[in-house]
Amino acid sequence: MDILKEVTNSDYKYGFYTKIDSDKAPKGLNEDIIRFISAKKEEPEWMLEWRLDAFRQWQKMAEPNWAHVKYTKPNYQDISYYSAPKKKKTLDSLDEVDPELLKTFEKLGISLDEQKRLSGVAVDVVVDSVSVKTTFREKLAEMGIIFCAISDAIKEYPELVKKYIGTVVPKSDNFFAALNSAVFTDGSFCYIPKGVKCPMELSTYFRINEAGTGQFERTLLIADEGSYVSYLEGCTAPMRDENQLHAAVVELVALDDAEIKYSTVQNWYPGDKEGKGGVFNFVTKRGICERNAKISWTQVETGSAVTWKYPSCILKGDNSIGEFYSVAVTNNYQQADTGTKMIHLGRNTKSTIISKGICAGNSEGSYRGLVKIGPRAQNARNFSECDSLLMGNACGSHTFPYIEIKNKTAKVEHEATTSKIGEDQLFYCNQRGIPTEEAIALIVNGYCKDVLNQLPMEFAVEAQKLLEVSLEGSVG
Amino acid sequence: MDVFKDKLLSSFIVFENQLNGQKKQPFHQKRRDAIDVFEQKGFPTIKDEEWKYTNLKPLFNKDFNVFHPGEDSLEFSDIRRFFLSESDTYKIVFINGIFASWLSSTTHQNYDICTFSAALERHRDVIDKYVGTIARNDESLTALNTSFAKEGAFINIPDGKVVDRPIEILFFTTNSDNNTFIQPRNLVVVGKNAECCIVERHQSLGKQLTVNNSVTEVMAHAGAQVTYHKIQNDDDNASLIDSTTVKQERDSKVTVHTFSFGGKITRNNLEFDLTEAGAEAHLYGVSILDKRQLVDNHTIVNHMVPNCYSNELYKGIYDDNARGVFNGKIHVHPHAVKTNAFQENNNLLLSDKASIDTKPQLEIYADDVKCSHGCTIGQLDEDALFYLRQRGIGVKEAQALLMLAFTTDALKEIKIPELKTKLNRLIARKLNVNLDFNL
Repeated sequence: MDILKEVTNSDYKYGFYTKIDSDKAPKGLNEDIIRFISAKKEEPEWMLEWRLDAFRQWQKMAEPNWAHVKYTKPNYQDISYYSAPKKKKTLDSLDEVDPELLKTFEKLGISLDEQKRLSGVAVDVVVDSVSVKTTFREKLAEMGIIFCAISDAIKEYPELVKKYIGTVVPKSDNFFAALNSAVFTDGSFCYIPKGVKCPMELSTYFRINEAGTGQFERTLLIADEGSYVSYLEGCTAPMRDENQLHAAVVELVALDDAEIKYSTVQNWYPGDKEGKGGVFNFVTKRGICERNAKISWTQVETGSAVTWKYPSCILKGDNSIGEFYSVAVTNNYQQADTGTKMIHLGRNTKSTIISKGICAGNSEGSYRGLVKIGPRAQNARNFSECDSLLMGNACGSHTFPYIEIKNKTAKVEHEATTSKIGEDQLFYCNQRGIPTEEAIALIVNGYCKDVLNQLPMEFAVEAQKLLEVSLEGSVG
Repeated sequence: MDVFKDKLLSSFIVFENQLNGQKKQPFHQKRRDAIDVFEQKGFPTIKDEEWKYTNLKPLFNKDFNVFHPGEDSLEFSDIRRFFLSESDTYKIVFINGIFASWLSSTTHQNYDICTFSAALERHRDVIDKYVGTIARNDESLTALNTSFAKEGAFINIPDGKVVDRPIEILFFTTNSDNNTFIQPRNLVVVGKNAECCIVERHQSLGKQLTVNNSVTEVMAHAGAQVTYHKIQNDDDNASLIDSTTVKQERDSKVTVHTFSFGGKITRNNLEFDLTEAGAEAHLYGVSILDKRQLVDNHTIVNHMVPNCYSNELYKGIYDDNARGVFNGKIHVHPHAVKTNAFQENNNLLLSDKASIDTKPQLEIYADDVKCSHGCTIGQLDEDALFYLRQRGIGVKEAQALLMLAFTTDALKEIKIPELKTKLNRLIARKLNVNLDFNL
């Protein structure tokens, strides 16, 4: 049992708080706050109207409670909806960035330095939902790729933003998406022109720093015909006793023959051993595939006190492909209700779902997924596999797959298993001189391999380490 | 639906006044509590997660007769075809919800195979001990049934007794000017190491709309063996809402077969509580539907203690505009380790307008378990069809053969030969072929 105790002792190493002067809006949510945010961001009139419309719709909506999670609903009037590291003037080069901020990112192991070129990753950094720095912007621009903060995009490329924002996740899609649409403060925007293969991994790094704030970022990624992009996202937050709200929206648009690979390593603060504090991660992610397009979601979810997240694919075009690979680890009092939606509308559409859940401590992990085959989706194909691994007898694992088929040519397979780490597997490792600790890491890694293999290399290493930290000392 | 709900609520007062002496029995309090639950909850709507895919509104928007006059013109020869055998079974027959003694063969020797109303007089202790303790009283349609519970089948097998032949329970509805709503209430109590085998059927003989809201409670004491078959091959005007709850003790084994071949809306709520170690539950289902028929199978297996076993296999074939719904849940309670639970749901879609919504769920709160579920949706294998046709078998027959092969796993556990023959005929008729062999 000592070993089980150790699990809960594994530390969250990103839990520090950096003192950075910040601009914070007063707490509360009303139309004035939205006007304030919009004014702060120097947004055009149409954007403000769009936000206000979303806010009015949000007011009419009720917070969903169908997910298999329990939490005290946040008081939406007790959150500050705008917090930004104070800028003295516009940043021209890295030297002008607040040194405190730079130190923060050194601690996080993310170099904003353009040395990062060596690893070939362009980074957009978002602190408290304001983009502070985007690297490689110029270099990418040479190829016609636009990669910048969404607030800049609204000003600089209004026609693109206007054309696509809210088309994949409508303003009134759900409670949290509506809230996000009303108050989002920043996020990343990316446009890949026709036929361009993005030469480097694009990446956004999110961090909540200030207390009493929520993070509401919005990502819009458009891959024009025949283009390709691989996109990564990572996140951390300081340790706090209170629950912080993170309600993001991610929209992906893959036009004809385009391919988008979207990877997430989510490591928000999960709360302490008693389940106090932690981030509420209520995220709406969705992508739309036109003809021959492909969207692939890969996620490694280890953080957050409560996760509510269903990255989805709308397979609208013929021959389009949707993929979802997920590892969700919950420990202590974490709760995760996550999965995907694959909506087949076009002919010959294919989707694959591989979901691996690992539950330890007193946590609860749920897979909730929808596979829907529309009446016109001839020859649609889906394969789903949802496995859960349980460690300890106080945790719970659940599977809620919804399968709705309206076409007789559909081929759909779903399978799920729940078990613990096999005693014989452990014994086999022990026999060969591998200590139990390492054996578990080995087995868990093997169990998640299908998903980890999908991650870009830089992230795969990080994700593997993260898994080890999250489950340190766990014995089934 | 509100109009009919109000009618039911006022009918309850009329019903209460007809009860005379029975009103003072403790059982009547259960009816009163239940009507309160129904009044509060009303009919389920598609906003209820459990009724997401089945809309009862078009059904209960109509008016129904709740009380029915006695009917005695029906002769055995008219309805012989619905029985398994003329003489080799016990029979409990109801017409419009009222017991038809001349068509039944009941017994009180060694064990009680009789009616619920008779048990209300003769076996009050059994009624008070079990009725309402197994069924889900918080479910509004079950509560509605409980509030009017008066007639149905009553089967009480004492410890160690084995019932020597199958028990047939039949519910007929006859022609009437108005739509018919009946609510049978069945109780099956099987004592320690006792055994019995039941075949239940609902059949509409009239042309009016008929809705059966049937509730069955099954108690299997330690070591008991119960096999329960439900044949649902009703008229297109008839709907059935069947809620069956089974409670199992140590080392008991209960098998429920559900054959859904017809009916406007057929909803099966089948729930098992495995309360002591060694209990074994088997659930088999075969649905073959066409036209505008709908079948909705909701099953829940509650593994409440360690070392229990459950196995579930549902097969569905849907043609024309038929709709299938499957919602299977395996719920492993905390500390119910060494649970072994398996669930499989396979479906064939034969037409462009047919659809299937399936939701196999696992809810697991214990670590040392072996639980899995699988679910597939597909079509007949082209290669297999080609193989058969090559050998001179017609398209229709070849398809029927493959479909039969598809369902056979869920049929092979049937032990009663007469039932096998009967099902064979039903399936052949349903698939519109002549099969010159038996299952």
